[in-house]
Amino acid sequence: MADAFVPYNKRPEWQDITPIPQDDGPNPLVLIAYSSDYTDAMNYFRAISSKNELSERALDLTTQIIGMNPAHYTIWNYRQNLLLALNKDLHAELEFIDELSKERSKNYQVWYVASAVNPDFRATHYISPTITRHHRQVVVERLNDSSRELPFIAYILEEDSKNYHAWSYRQWVITRFDLWSGELPYLDELLIIDVRNNSAWNHRYFVVFEGPTKPTQEFLEKEIEFTKGKIRLAPNNQSSWNYLKGILARSPNPTTADDILASFCAELRDSEIVSSHLLASLVDVSEARAKRGDKTSLNQGVKVGRGGMIGYTGSPRLLYDAWLFMRCFETCLIFMPPVNTRLATTWQRSTTRSVKNTGCIASRTC
Amino acid sequence: MDRPQAGGHKPHGIARGPWRRQRQTTHVPPPTGQIPLYQLEQRNRPDVTQLSSVTLVILSHRSLWMDRSERTSSAKPPSQVKNGTNGTMTSLPATLLSDLHVQYIKSLDTIVPPSEFALLASRPEFTGIWPLQKKDDLEYWLTEHLRVNGVYWGLTALDLMNNIDALERDQVIKYLQDCQHENGGFGGHLNHDPHLLYTLSAIQILVTYDRLDAIDVDKVVSYVRSLQLPDGSFSGDEWGEIDIRFCYCAISCMSLLKRLDAIDVPRTVEFVVRCKNYDGGFGSQPGSESHAAMVFCGVGALAIVNALHHVDADLLGWWLCERQLGNGGLNGRPQKLEDVCYSWWVLSALSILGRVHWINKEKLISFILSAQDTEAGGIADRPGDMADVFHTLFGVAGLSLLGYPGLKSVDPVYCMPKHVIQRVGLAERYRV
Repeated sequence: MADAFVPYNKRPEWQDITPIPQDDGPNPLVLIAYSSDYTDAMNYFRAISSKNELSERALDLTTQIIGMNPAHYTIWNYRQNLLLALNKDLHAELEFIDELSKERSKNYQVWYVASAVNPDFRATHYISPTITRHHRQVVVERLNDSSRELPFIAYILEEDSKNYHAWSYRQWVITRFDLWSGELPYLDELLIIDVRNNSAWNHRYFVVFEGPTKPTQEFLEKEIEFTKGKIRLAPNNQSSWNYLKGILARSPNPTTADDILASFCAELRDSEIVSSHLLASLVDVSEARAKRGDKTSLNQGVKVGRGGMIGYTGSPRLLYDAWLFMRCFETCLIFMPPVNTRLATTWQRSTTRSVKNTGCIASRTC
Repeated sequence: MDRPQAGGHKPHGIARGPWRRQRQTTHVPPPTGQIPLYQLEQRNRPDVTQLSSVTLVILSHRSLWMDRSERTSSAKPPSQVKNGTNGTMTSLPATLLSDLHVQYIKSLDTIVPPSEFALLASRPEFTGIWPLQKKDDLEYWLTEHLRVNGVYWGLTALDLMNNIDALERDQVIKYLQDCQHENGGFGGHLNHDPHLLYTLSAIQILVTYDRLDAIDVDKVVSYVRSLQLPDGSFSGDEWGEIDIRFCYCAISCMSLLKRLDAIDVPRTVEFVVRCKNYDGGFGSQPGSESHAAMVFCGVGALAIVNALHHVDADLLGWWLCERQLGNGGLNGRPQKLEDVCYSWWVLSALSILGRVHWINKEKLISFILSAQDTEAGGIADRPGDMADVFHTLFGVAGLSLLGYPGLKSVDPVYCMPKHVIQRVGLAERYRV
């Protein structure tokens, strides 16, 4: 692309076009101020799109505008028409998107949002990286060539390991081109780098259960052991806990699954680990057992929401644990009798002690 | 690759991008990576080996006045935050500055008031309209395609703050008419292609104004219907992008128009349920990671068609309440930072599921209030950042769900004022 921007009205090849300025009406509701270059390019875009011109120079124009504002979905749509109508080399297009995405990812975070600071939904709304991602998907689908895709996604994930669009695009690529085999080793690596990467855990679940081969019982047992190891490493990591429960929920035998979870929790409790997920899992196990009519083997658990306790089973010692946990996280949570929740009512019925006993702790905590 | 030619404005050099401009820059990002066993307190401790001695002095000083609860979050100290655009230290607002926010929203659609224009034009630095643009210019044109959304965000926030007349009603309706296309869909702005996202915003505005008569409703219905695919999902426009957001847009839109019969609801429900994950949340597509905003879309869509039995309310409620961080703010996914807009996405879903009390309301209220711009008005994504209309709406709507005094009630399913939803007879038809 040119180093300096030459206004379109100074370019010889555009002399036959009369630019159409944005007409916001005499008293516009929303006035938009543009930079002069952008305004210039957009005026010419309006002119050529009004007569649906499908030409090389129109393609160049979309390249120019997308470079300035990649969120402009109307331009992308026009560009797709152009690519097909002009029968352009789609590999070159892919290179263009690559460059755009990488450039953006470093400087403007348009295709994805690099900093851990930026919540991606805002990006979705504000700068619409889904447009670029979708455009790429269309191009790759047409090319029927995935050779560039996984390295490209890996590049993006290296910059931002939780990039939502990159992960969902990855799922499309591996499904569409049957590239399942390398996924688990790749995920092992990512989880070594960051065991709290929820995107990686989610993708792992996708690979295990949506892949072409159904996971065997043996494989799942290994997977459970793998996850337990990761939980021991970081007992307060909700991603690995959710994954463990997710796998166990797929088990054909719920009783065994509960036993596995219960004994794992017991093991962690014996090593004096304080974890909200551990305590909450005990409630889940007990609830599941109670639902099956087994109320004899109550585990000690407590489920603490951010606004207070939402489930409790076992002895008051548990409440002390919960209190410890909250001190650990330095979130002062108010214990209050659970109200109006199915979980709580289940547990009020099946616990031996009343939840109201928590009153004394409430005064100590807050 | 050319950089955007925005007239030499400074956002180019800012690593985080222009849409996340901060009002101050002393933000210490939380470290990523593994947290050592039990060492919870070290979670956000910066790597001291990489800091200069000056910084260390500041940090140790910080720890003196930092509240204990602040240490597990990235938030600034509770008592003092640089709040104004000029970086002055001001006390955190303890109340919602409604009047200021109303002024802020009104200011978004003007360059300068006519009364001030002559004065500005007489100044030597006056070089035309560009330098007078009230909004930061680069961001403003980058978000041109969201103008119809912007009007919806602004209008809804204004109505919740009892100021619906702050926008020119007739002008808004005329503008929307101009944004509607032959095929019935609405573009994000004049001359922009039609898309479901903007079609829903347009319908929401028109229903709020009770002016559906101003447009051709049948055309909208046929446009939305034309975007449904055989698997029940919706593409956002004719280009075929599929996302759970578009299912919500379609269902909400058709419900507001009382034309749910025009689309295949059972199949849409089927698709939405396919987006449900093992943690109880919803992702943008089947297999995608759970995300609070997608949870709102999934739960909202199911609530409208009274299909909430597909949701495990306890499992999802637990995931949602885990979104609250130590400083009271909510994040959208595990290990992400808090953001005011999740006050809406998370809270609305919890509200629909009847579990708002699973989070700490007081802390969330004070978090939202702390993200206000006390000088120019508006609410930012988090304390110290630039305000925008998107976060202003979701901050105000979140406060409304939390029962903040002086605000109209908001409907958690439609994200519109409750009195509007009651007027059209759509209030709370769902059961958890």
